[in-house]
Amino acid sequence: MIPAAFEYVRASSVDEASKLLKKYGEDAKVLAGGHSLIPLMRLRLAQPKALVDITGIKELDYIKADGSKLRIGALTRHVEIQNSAVVKDKLPILAEVASEVGDNQVRNMGTIGGVVAHADAAGDYPTIALMLDAEIVTNHRTIAAKDFFTDLFTTPLGADEIVTEIVFPAANGPHKYIKFRRRLFDWAIVGAAAQKINGDWRIGLTNVGPTPVRAKAVEDALKKGAKPEDAAQHASDGLNPSGDLRASPEYKKHLARVLTKRAIEQAK
Amino acid sequence: MAITTMIGAKIHRREDPRLVSGEGRYTDDFTRPGMVYMSVVRSPHAHALIKSIDITAAAKAPGVVAIYTHKDFAKVVTGTMPAAPAFVAEKKQIPPRFPIAEKEVAYQGEPVAVVLTETKYQALDAANLIEVDYEPLPAVMDPERALEARSPKAHSGAPDNVGWDLTYIPEDDSFMKQADVVVKQRILQQRLAPTPMETRGVLAEYSKPDQAMTIWMSSQNPHFIRLFLAGALGIPETRIRVISPDVGGGFGSKISPYSEDYLVPAAAKLSGRPVKWIETRTESIQTTTHGRGQYFDVEAGAKKDGTLVALKVTQYLDIGAYVGTFGAFQACACLLSTGAYNWKHVSARTVGILTNRVPTDPYRGAGRPEAAHLCERMIDLLAGALHMDPAEIRRKNFITEFPHTSHFGLVYDSGAYENAMDKAMEMTGYEKLRKEQEEGRKKGKYLGIGISSWIEICGFGPSAATAPATGGLALVESAQVRVFPTGSVTVYVGTHSHGQGHDTTFPQIVADTLGVPYDMIELRHGDTAEGPAFGYGTYGSRSLAVGGMAVHKASKKVVDKAKKLAAHLFEAAEEDVVFDQGQFYVKGSPDKRKALGEIAFASFGAGLPEGMEHGLEAVAYYDPSNFVWPFGTHIAVVEVDVETGAVDLQRYIAVDDCGNIINPMIVDGQIHGGIAQGIAQALYEEVVYDDETGQLKTGTLIDYLVPTMNEFPNFELGRTITPSPTNELGVKGIGEAGTIASSGAIINAICDALSPLGIKHVDMPASPDRLWKQIQQAHEHSNGGKEVRK
Repeated sequence: MIPAAFEYVRASSVDEASKLLKKYGEDAKVLAGGHSLIPLMRLRLAQPKALVDITGIKELDYIKADGSKLRIGALTRHVEIQNSAVVKDKLPILAEVASEVGDNQVRNMGTIGGVVAHADAAGDYPTIALMLDAEIVTNHRTIAAKDFFTDLFTTPLGADEIVTEIVFPAANGPHKYIKFRRRLFDWAIVGAAAQKINGDWRIGLTNVGPTPVRAKAVEDALKKGAKPEDAAQHASDGLNPSGDLRASPEYKKHLARVLTKRAIEQAK
Repeated sequence: MAITTMIGAKIHRREDPRLVSGEGRYTDDFTRPGMVYMSVVRSPHAHALIKSIDITAAAKAPGVVAIYTHKDFAKVVTGTMPAAPAFVAEKKQIPPRFPIAEKEVAYQGEPVAVVLTETKYQALDAANLIEVDYEPLPAVMDPERALEARSPKAHSGAPDNVGWDLTYIPEDDSFMKQADVVVKQRILQQRLAPTPMETRGVLAEYSKPDQAMTIWMSSQNPHFIRLFLAGALGIPETRIRVISPDVGGGFGSKISPYSEDYLVPAAAKLSGRPVKWIETRTESIQTTTHGRGQYFDVEAGAKKDGTLVALKVTQYLDIGAYVGTFGAFQACACLLSTGAYNWKHVSARTVGILTNRVPTDPYRGAGRPEAAHLCERMIDLLAGALHMDPAEIRRKNFITEFPHTSHFGLVYDSGAYENAMDKAMEMTGYEKLRKEQEEGRKKGKYLGIGISSWIEICGFGPSAATAPATGGLALVESAQVRVFPTGSVTVYVGTHSHGQGHDTTFPQIVADTLGVPYDMIELRHGDTAEGPAFGYGTYGSRSLAVGGMAVHKASKKVVDKAKKLAAHLFEAAEEDVVFDQGQFYVKGSPDKRKALGEIAFASFGAGLPEGMEHGLEAVAYYDPSNFVWPFGTHIAVVEVDVETGAVDLQRYIAVDDCGNIINPMIVDGQIHGGIAQGIAQALYEEVVYDDETGQLKTGTLIDYLVPTMNEFPNFELGRTITPSPTNELGVKGIGEAGTIASSGAIINAICDALSPLGIKHVDMPASPDRLWKQIQQAHEHSNGGKEVRK
C-alpha cells in the first residue's frame, strides 16, 4: 500500500502545469482530487514518474450560469456541485449525481475535471456529459463529449493538455439518475440517466461498456411515442458489457433496461 | 452480600474517550531506537515450487539492512506451527508448516523472503527487486473437486486432500424413515475475510545481553503467543514479553500464531535491530486466516404435525493449505446443528479438506453461525414442506427442560426459548406483518419475514473439555486483584479486550464485590510481564463467563483476607464481622465501621494477626463447571425487488438472552456489531479466488464488500434474562450472538419473500446478480422464460 517513488510538483497556473507536463512527457500524471489516482498508485497499478498537482489553480474552481449553458471549472469539487444553487437551478440532475459520488470524504476532495479526464466507465459525470452533448474544454481546444470518451480510461487528451472546464447545456425539466450499487459509497454496477430537454428525452448509461453510453435507440422510441417500459427494452441494444465480480454481462444488460424504464418513469 | 450498584449499570465505556479521540496506542504507534522495517515477499502462485531466489539486485537497493529466506530463519526458529486438536482429535494429515516456505508454496501470499530496510518505503521497493523463480504446480481451489481421486494435491507427495474425516454420530436410517416429510439441502458458507479495522502487526526487539525478547503485537491472546514463541525460538517464557496494546478488532483472526509472529522476532534476533512489520490491507485479506469456507449436505425429517424426527449433517470444511491452529474448532458446527430443538436422532460427520488457499480459522462465531444457519434453514424448509408457519414449527419443538443433554453429550445450562421468540414476534407485530405480506403479494410486492432462533455454546471453558482440545492447556482464566495502601485497586487479567469493553465491565464487577468506588479500580491486560503466570485470551464469548468470574473470585479472596484483618482490628471473632458495601463492622455495632481502604492501609502496617502476611491482594484461577448457553430469536423483514434482485432490509428485530448483564450498553453494542457482521455474510461479503489461476480476486475493500452503517436499518433490540446456573454471576457471553443469529434470519426472510416463485433456498451472499439469476430460473420453470414484470 505504498506507492513507487515519484516526483511531485505543484503548478500555480494552467500554463505552468502544461509546461511541467510537457517536460515530464507521458510519465507524468495530473493530480486533481486524487481519489482515483492515489488508490491506483498505492496498489502500484499506476507508477507515474511525476505528479503535477494542479489543485492550487484557483481559477479552475467555479460554477457559472452563462445563458443557456452551465460552465463548471475542472477543479470544482463534488460537494460544491451538489450544493450549488446555480446547478440546482440550471441542471439539477448534475447536483443529484454529485450527491451520490462516493462518500463525504470523496465528495470533499474529488473534482469534476478529474472524473472526466480519468474516463472511468463507472464514472457518473461522463454519462451526463455524453447524453447532454456537453463540451470538454482544455488549455488547447474544446472537445465534444461524444469525441472525448473514446475507450476505457482513454481520451484524446495530449500529454500537456489539461481539462479546464466542462460546459453543459442547461436543462431543468424532468430528470432522474438511478445508480444501482451494493453499498452507498460504491461505484455504479449500472447507472441510468433520463433527462427531458427541449421536449425530447436523453438517456445515458453508466458502466455498461468501456465508455459511457447514450441510449439513442431508447430516445428514438420515446420520440415515436413508445411507452417507457417498451422504449426501455432498447436500452441494451448494441451493448457488450464485460462481466465482473458484481454483475455478469447479461445482468448488466438487464439492469440497463430496468433502470432506464425506472429513470424515465420516476423523472420529475 | 453487597447491594448491587454497579453490576447492571448502563455506564459509558471508559476506554472510549481515548479510542475515539485518536489517543489509542496500537502496535504501529510504537517505535524503538534503531528500528528497521520488514516487508514480506509472498508467493504470487497458489501452488508452486521455488526453484531459486535471487537477491542480488535487492541487496543493493537503498536502505537494505538484511534479506532473509528460509535458510536464515531455520537457524533461529525450530519446529512447525501448531495445529490444536480442537474438535477433531485425530487428523489424517497435518501438513508441516514452517513460518516461511522452503521448497514449495501452497497458497497465494505464503512468505518466501523478507527484507529489512531503514525506512518503511524502502522495504517495499527492495522487496519488489527480489526475483523468485517458481515452477507453478496444479492448484486445488474447489474443496468439492479436491475430494475427487484424480484431483491435484494441495501438497506434492500427499496421498489425498483429506485433512480429517470424523463421524461424531453415525447415520441410522431407521429414524429418518419415521418422518412423513424429508427435506434435503446443500448449504454453502462462503469464505470470509475477518477485516479488522486494525490489520495485524508485530514489533520485536531482542536484547542480546539479556537474551530477552520484547514483542508488541496486535493479538487476542498474548500469553499463547509467548508460549508458542518460547518453544520455537528457544527462549524461556520468562524472557519473552508479549505486549498486545490497543487492538483494533480481531473477530477471531488474531488468536492463532502467524508466520510473521515468528519471522519478526527471529529477524530481530538475526539482525540485532528492532524490527517492525505492519500488514497492509491487501495482505490482510490475502494472508490473515479466513472464516467459514464450508458447505453442508443436510437432510431433515419431521412428522406431519411438525414434530422433528431426524437430522443428518455432513460438514465439508475447506481447511486451506495448512491446518489453522484452531481451524478444527469450526467442526463444532456439527455439535450445535440441532439448535434449540428436540430431535429424535441426529447424525453428524465432518470432513476437512486441504486446498491451495489461505488457511481457515475461527471467525466471529466459528462453527456456531454455521450451525445456527443450517438448523434454522432446515426448520424453515420443513415448515415450507408442511405448510406450517415457521414460528409454529419452532414453538412445537423447542427444548423446554433444562439442564438439557444434547445428542452429543453437551449440557445446555438454561434457556427459555419460546419466551424470547414470543417477545421478538410481539416487537415485530408478527401477525399483522403476515397479513401485510399476504396483501402485498397480490400487488406483486415480495415481502419476507425470516426467523432465526439461535443458541450458542460459549465460555470456553471447563478444563476437562478444553485441555484435550488445545493439546494440554485448559482454557480456565486468571485474575489478580491488588489493593494499594490508599484503597485503590488494580486488576490484572489474562483476557484481552479489543472492543469488548473489559476496562469498564470488569471494574464494575470488582466495584460491587469489593465495595470500592468504580473510579478507584483500574484494569490491566495484554502484557505478559504483568499479572498471573498465564492468561488465555479473548475469543469464543468467554471473557465474562470465565475471566469475569476469575475477577469475581479473586475479589472475594481479597474480601476474605480483609475480613480476617478487620476482625483482628475490631478485636472480634471473624464470624461476627459483617461486610456490607465496602464497609466492615461487628454485628450489633453498625455505626463503628472500617472501609476496605482502611483495612488495606492497615495491611501494610504493623500488628497484623499471627501468621498473616502483609498486603492485600489475591490471585484466582477460575475453572467453570460447564459452558454457558445464550440464546434468542432474531427476525428480519425484507423486501426483494424481483426485477433487479436487490434486497431491501427494512427491519431487524433481535431478542437476546445472555443471562445477567453487567453493562446493558456494552451488551447492545456487541449485539449491534454482531448483527452487522452476520448481515455482511448474508448479503455482501465473499472471498473470491480464480478457480483456474488461484489468484485472489477480492484483494481490496473495493471488491471485498464490507458494508457500512449506511446499509443497515435501525436494529430493534429487546431482551429476556435467564441467569446461567453455571456461575455465581449468572452470566453468559454475548460477543458472537448477533453473528450467529443474523445470517439465518436474513436468508430465511429472502426465501420467504421469494416463496411464491417456488424458490426454497438461496446461497450467501444473496447478492442481486445471484438472486436475479435464481428468479429468472424460477420463472423459466413456471412460465417458459418470460421475464418478471411488475
